[in-house]
Amino acid sequence: MSLTSVSAGYDGRVAVEDVTLDIATGSLTAILGPNGGGKTTLLKIVAGLLRPWRGTVLVLGGPPGREAHRVAYVPQAELVDWGFPVSVWDVVMMGRYPGLGPFRRPGSHDRDRVRDALTQVGMGDRAQTQIGALSGGQRRRAFLARALAADPDLYLLDEPVTGVDVTTQEDLMAVLGAEAGRGKTVVATTHDLAAAAHHFERLIAVNRRIVADGNPDQVLASDVLAEIYGGHLITIGDKTVLLDDAHHHDPEGPRR
Amino acid sequence: MNAIFDPLRYEFFIRALIASSLVGVVCAVVGVYIVLRGLAFMGDAISHSAFPGVVFAYLLKGPFYLGATIAAVLTSLAIGWVTRRGNLRGDTAIGVLFAGMFALGVFLFSRIPNYVGDLFGFLFGEVLGISTGDLIALTALGLIVLAIVYVLWKELLYSTFDPLGAAASGLPVEQLDYLFLALIALTIVVSLQAVGIIMVVAMLVTPAATAQLLTLRFTRLMALAIAVGLVAPIVGLYLSFWLDAASGATIVLVETAIFLVALLVGPRSGLFRAKAGRPG
Repeated sequence: MSLTSVSAGYDGRVAVEDVTLDIATGSLTAILGPNGGGKTTLLKIVAGLLRPWRGTVLVLGGPPGREAHRVAYVPQAELVDWGFPVSVWDVVMMGRYPGLGPFRRPGSHDRDRVRDALTQVGMGDRAQTQIGALSGGQRRRAFLARALAADPDLYLLDEPVTGVDVTTQEDLMAVLGAEAGRGKTVVATTHDLAAAAHHFERLIAVNRRIVADGNPDQVLASDVLAEIYGGHLITIGDKTVLLDDAHHHDPEGPRR
Repeated sequence: MNAIFDPLRYEFFIRALIASSLVGVVCAVVGVYIVLRGLAFMGDAISHSAFPGVVFAYLLKGPFYLGATIAAVLTSLAIGWVTRRGNLRGDTAIGVLFAGMFALGVFLFSRIPNYVGDLFGFLFGEVLGISTGDLIALTALGLIVLAIVYVLWKELLYSTFDPLGAAASGLPVEQLDYLFLALIALTIVVSLQAVGIIMVVAMLVTPAATAQLLTLRFTRLMALAIAVGLVAPIVGLYLSFWLDAASGATIVLVETAIFLVALLVGPRSGLFRAKAGRPG
């Protein structure tokens, strides 16, 4: 997938400007940046949820949305209505719906796929739980299972590991790493610099524009980080610590 | 037992029973999605906006279904469009268009020289006066709505729960949104004679709201809402017959009573719920 000179925003307000990037098939890429820096906007453009003002976008060989059946998008957890009357099983089964079309009901093959996906994320025993009764980590696991059940070629994940425990983070990233190993492309946004550096092959730091792009060692050079995070960054010895408000809602644009 | 069977000797009562229970079921099914999408206010608005269509149809001596459908569908699509394009909050756009359309209806109504009783029936419902022709039209429209929801239930569910995820994976979420608004409009047209413009929102929202107090599973929620939507009109119609009270209002009161009972004794909100706390 590739973006060439892409600019986009909401209601006349610029969110990303002149972004050009290529992401190879089968790679594991994190998009980093501060709140309002345009991470979610980039993801939405690739998902075909937001039409850019300028520039060209190619996703899976066509314009965004053309190969939508091969794309799985996981929204930020804050945008999900956790009181909604569905179980984990129901949510994961939703991953199968777009492939079925309007007239077909889920069959045994779909149920097998759902069961496999739940096992992969370690939620096999939670299928019948209402989603509101899950912990934060379990909620991310359930949504990753939904993406897996869709058997996509491109995973687009908005903050999949933000604010979850270390075990969940390791488990989810192991699953995504395996998917990348099978030739699937994974793109995730994150606030979490440490997780990004630890788990992803390539980091793209955005703050309206691309400010750094490369492997974790290159991107985490502190002058680049200082540029995107401004005063929120402190260096203690050889460790860089981000004083970020990772749990704040990302104020990028309207909900829909 | 005579109290149960006596009314069934009247054909108008049987017609009313069929019409109001069909209305109850169609409203309940569409109402589940209305409640989950947070569109209760929208339902109220669309029903009020059907009024000028009914008056127009009366003035032009056309079928009221047609006038109501055109006015309700146009208003619902206009609300969707103004919200998306006009940079307005949804409830603001609804408030403007809904009051404007209802005012247009009242204006036209007041220009009719002689008082017209059957137009008044559209405001408060008059299901006991339903004709066989109207019943057939209403049944056909109601079945169309149910068939569309039956075919698209999973697409509607996914796009209600997670519009971003659904759109990204290829569901036509925007078209489904507009289609659903049109379904609300059709449902309201079907319901006009039974409960009237003012109270139809209760038929739409109360069964689903009652079911939400009792379960957190979608299929059970739908089944419970349908049960309330089916039973309440039957009980309400008998009560209105025995008590010689307005039928539409009695049906709505029965639904409200069922809701209050569920609120008081339900597992999620009731007075006797387990101390362990509510799920979710």
